[in-house]
Amino acid sequence: MAAKTHSIFDPAIITPAIGQSFVKLNPVTLAKNPVMFVTEVGAAITTAMLLVKGQGHFGFLIQIALWLWFTVLFANFAEAMAEGRGKAQADSLRKARTQTFANRIKGTGTESVAAEQLRKGDVVIVKAGEFIPGDGEIVEGAATVDESAITGESAPVVRESGGDRSAVTGGTRVLSDIIKIKITSNPGETFLDRMIGLVEGAKRQKTPNEIALTILLSALTVIFLVVLMALKAYGYYSTVDFTVPVLVALLVCLIPTTIGGLLSAIGIAGIDRLVQKNVLAMSGRAVEAAGDVDVLLLDKTGTITLGNRQATEFMPAPGVTEGELAEAAQLSSLADETPEGRSIVVLAKEKYGLRGREIHEMPDAAFVPFTAQTRMSGLDVGGASYRKGAAGAVRDWVGGRLPKEVEKHVEAIAGNGGTPLVVATKEKALGTIYLKDIVKGGLSERFERFRAMGIRTVMITGDNALTAAAIAKEAGVDSFLAQAKPEEKLALIRKEQEGGHLVAMTGDGTNDAPALAQADVGVAMNTGTQAAKEAGNMVDLDSNPTKLLEIVEIGKQLLITRGALTTFSIANDVAKYFAIIPAMLLGTFPAIAPLNVMHLKSPDSAILSAVIFNALIIIALIPLALRGVRFRPLGAARILQRNVLIYGVGGVIVPFIGIKLIDMLITMIGLI
Amino acid sequence: MNNLNSWMQLALFVGVLLLITKPLGLFLMRVLDARGRTFLDPVLRPLERLTYKICGIDPAREHNWKQYTAAMLIFSLVAMVTTYALLRLQAALPLNPQKLPAWPEHLAFNTAASFMTNTNWQSYSPEATASYFTNMVALAAHNFFSAAIGIAIAAAVVRGVARQTMSTIGNFWVDLVRLTYYLLLPVCVVFALFLISQGMIQNFKPYDTASLTEPYTTQVQKTDDKGNPVNDAAGKPVMIDQKVDTQTIAEGPMASQVAIKMLGTNGGGFTNANAAHPFENPTPLSNFIQMLSIFAIGSALTYYLGRMVKHQRHGWAVWAAMTFLFLAGVFVLWRAEAAGNPIMTQLGVDPADGNMEGKEVRFGIFNSALFTTITTDASCGAVNCMHDSLTPLGGLVPLFNIHLGEIVFGGVGSGLYGMFVFIVLTVFICGLMVGRTPEYLGKKIEPYDVKMASLVILILAWDILGFSAWASVSNWGPPDPVTHAVTNGTNNNGPHGFSEILYAFSSTTGNNGSAFAGLSANTPWYNTTLAVSMLIGRIAMIIPIMAMAGAFARKKIVAESVGTFPVTGPLFATLLVGVILLVGALNFFPALALGPILEHFLMLTGKLF
Repeated sequence: MAAKTHSIFDPAIITPAIGQSFVKLNPVTLAKNPVMFVTEVGAAITTAMLLVKGQGHFGFLIQIALWLWFTVLFANFAEAMAEGRGKAQADSLRKARTQTFANRIKGTGTESVAAEQLRKGDVVIVKAGEFIPGDGEIVEGAATVDESAITGESAPVVRESGGDRSAVTGGTRVLSDIIKIKITSNPGETFLDRMIGLVEGAKRQKTPNEIALTILLSALTVIFLVVLMALKAYGYYSTVDFTVPVLVALLVCLIPTTIGGLLSAIGIAGIDRLVQKNVLAMSGRAVEAAGDVDVLLLDKTGTITLGNRQATEFMPAPGVTEGELAEAAQLSSLADETPEGRSIVVLAKEKYGLRGREIHEMPDAAFVPFTAQTRMSGLDVGGASYRKGAAGAVRDWVGGRLPKEVEKHVEAIAGNGGTPLVVATKEKALGTIYLKDIVKGGLSERFERFRAMGIRTVMITGDNALTAAAIAKEAGVDSFLAQAKPEEKLALIRKEQEGGHLVAMTGDGTNDAPALAQADVGVAMNTGTQAAKEAGNMVDLDSNPTKLLEIVEIGKQLLITRGALTTFSIANDVAKYFAIIPAMLLGTFPAIAPLNVMHLKSPDSAILSAVIFNALIIIALIPLALRGVRFRPLGAARILQRNVLIYGVGGVIVPFIGIKLIDMLITMIGLI
Repeated sequence: MNNLNSWMQLALFVGVLLLITKPLGLFLMRVLDARGRTFLDPVLRPLERLTYKICGIDPAREHNWKQYTAAMLIFSLVAMVTTYALLRLQAALPLNPQKLPAWPEHLAFNTAASFMTNTNWQSYSPEATASYFTNMVALAAHNFFSAAIGIAIAAAVVRGVARQTMSTIGNFWVDLVRLTYYLLLPVCVVFALFLISQGMIQNFKPYDTASLTEPYTTQVQKTDDKGNPVNDAAGKPVMIDQKVDTQTIAEGPMASQVAIKMLGTNGGGFTNANAAHPFENPTPLSNFIQMLSIFAIGSALTYYLGRMVKHQRHGWAVWAAMTFLFLAGVFVLWRAEAAGNPIMTQLGVDPADGNMEGKEVRFGIFNSALFTTITTDASCGAVNCMHDSLTPLGGLVPLFNIHLGEIVFGGVGSGLYGMFVFIVLTVFICGLMVGRTPEYLGKKIEPYDVKMASLVILILAWDILGFSAWASVSNWGPPDPVTHAVTNGTNNNGPHGFSEILYAFSSTTGNNGSAFAGLSANTPWYNTTLAVSMLIGRIAMIIPIMAMAGAFARKKIVAESVGTFPVTGPLFATLLVGVILLVGALNFFPALALGPILEHFLMLTGKLF
């Protein structure tokens, strides 16, 4: 259910956004953004000055006033665009998620409602074959429930009212009987609600970094107000009468309107990019934290390796051909429905062309299942017994001894982090099967990129240290935690955090919940338990643990975009000073002309050009704000160098060129 | 500028400064550690212990930022009131061979504020106003204390950065005592002896009189028996000839005063001519060492910073950024002065001499340019040439240096804690661009820190711009002696007069103390507003900075990795320089445009003021 990505120029978003730009002119809501509020006040003052004589000629004043209004509108438009895109994402998600229905008890009967509409305290009836719509407690009845989606345990469990086996988990399936469940938590919709809140500018909570940045931008605005008021007084001393519209124009050009206008759009767009990856963040703060994360805890299974171990090699005992071993191994696994067993059948087929026979093709065959006592499984057919199992069990079975070669293979495989399975007939050991964790493709390059960014990866696994070390090496993670229990995971997170690290992890089980809550970024899988989802601060709708890597990149991209546009915005001021200050003095002091380094046509055209540039740059940067600057996985020093060159040095140079071009244009078409 | 000797002096200056930075920084480490040991312990440790015992100070007990700041404020206030009293009672106090009278209220207030804040703005002419007792007790004591306080605040800030999850940032009293006893007093004793060896005076004699070899006659306004000026019936002053054949030569305990004046970046001269006076700066060597002593502690503090935060390369990056700004200032100023005034050149003055107006010929263009840059990079304010006589662009340099916040080595301590604000701003603005929320040495920059840092920049801008704007539309100067009309006190018209006003409030806000001169500031309005701007420039800056220090001390340190914003190396130093210049330019470009910049362009069209 991948969310649709919208083109920047999607008219379905642009049209309402234009309307919203005007709605957002409301000074009460605009006051949340001090920079744009001051701009609006400036625009209003300039408009009022149209009625006052002696402030300059009307054609010039009205253009200044109009462009100041445009500046505010453009900033509003940027925010409305980001909101529109975010809402479009949220809507498509909402549609995709309303597939689970629940039979809610209403009065004497029931009504069918979407699972998302269930609230704490609702009572629902779930019949055999239906999914349990949310976390709850059985108030009536008993049933067998398939909880494999949560626990991975395929055997159904019995849940009944009363006692401590009454809790059921959303997303699990009732296999038999009918139960009444009282819902104990507000289900998944809360995430969507919060998500929608996050993309709506008016309701959006600013993140700490946005608050800090807003403080800085407000302080700059106040400083420029002081500068401008002082300038008026200095003008009095210097016998230059600075008119109010010109002072307002200079003020608006100087205050950081570019970043002030785009700041909320950048934040919304960051969350929106997460949603495009099917990840719901509970807060903007979580997205920022993702950028700060420098330790990733990755579960081995599912994240680093493909679910289960697979057979990769047959290693025959002396005197046995590989083909014989393969056939015996396949026979012993025919009835073995575990992924490992199936992988043996597949390997035998692929490597030796042995067709996997179905067990019913051999009516005299008897399947010998795995038990904790024998620790072997296999097949008895035609008087012959085929077994496969752990070396120790097989050794006992064949009479206490395995050939030296086989023992060697077993040791070698274990030493490489694999699992050796010995195959034998009653008479003798035939050889060893190499079961191996298959590391997902491309991960080690990806981890390499993370290392370059200063992010450490830690693999979490229940395997023993030897096995874990081998997989860790193959996958290219930096370290691992072997034989990990949930408590150890939590302890590891605490230890890393005490060492000053910020930790991200994924989890799905209820026993992951404390660790998810403790982690700075806890991504819960959507298939996971409600407890896990509540504990984490993000939910991955695809339940793909590898997504963690993309989440970190999106977090970083958001922060870089914000920083780059802030730098650009502040750096722009240099050129604006060089455009406007000479223009303001030229009338009284013609000698100042050389300071007009851009050779702008006239004082009026210089001021108007600066104001127009200041407004247009907001529009020009909307796509960048919404898409985010391109992210490269490099060390901080190199990223910084790049971005400072582009947005810092570029931010100084671009307006010189832009203002000059606008000046030439408006002079050419005779606006001034 | 094509003078090899000057280039060698500049290289020597930077080289020696670099050389003393580490040893002095290491010494500071020991002095600023309450349990630190120095080679002076055998002599000074008993004195230190005795001081604690008498004052009831527990050196083991540390202060949080509020306690530290409160102690500093109370101490400063008491010292300021004491000085005010001493100045007002000067006539009744000893060591006053010239029988100098008590000071008027506004001047005493201005001077008490000036010395308490390490500004040493002097609205008065020292040799004609201040007795030896005033100099040694009221003023020199402040020179020591204000310097020690500056370093103490810087140390508290550095501790805040270095510590984690702690609420305390040192003990103010211990820092004050140890800095005075172990650092300032011993260095000044040696420094004063050196200055005496160079020919500087140190005595309690009454002023000498010498006969002029070339007597001359001048015209002065006639005065009646009571000393009041006499005017004729038309209200015009009655002028009479006066023959001048003698000169008064000021005496006094100068070397002891000058040592701390330079080392503590106080800058208040023992004479009105300050370091241009032959007694107060007798030789080229004394000039060199005096300049060095201005930067010495500020430079060493960068090493202290690096050492304390266990990131020596960070300390050096800050040092490099400071040195870059210093050299940039020297080059612009030197070039402007060496180029001279084109109008004078047209009148036949040899352009090779440069602009020698207002310069002591013993020092010439280069040493005047160097001294002027240093004294305004740091918040010293001692001068060895007349800043008012600099070319417009030459005058822009000291003015802009002060506008940057005097963070180029800066006033002792204040340079570093001012720089701290710019570092935080740099990290905050540029830090995001590495894809992490901004952090400085593992400390996350949070809204509170940005609020305080912004407040500092806002106060700097508001204090300078607000007061100078007010003054530029007011007439706070003394009445015109001839017409009795109100004046704004400027000595020149046009943009140059404006620069005089702007410079005065820049100097007081920055706690520099040097004057563009030309401004007749010894009037009730100027004295009062200048004093208030000094107090704001000191106290209103220190409080938010200390609040940041407290907040930093409480923060947790986030681990460093290659993904962390680098605060070492050329890139960081460049960014720091960029942000400092940008903030300075954004705040002050309009003011500078109407002052030195406009004056420069008018000069090029042949107009002088």
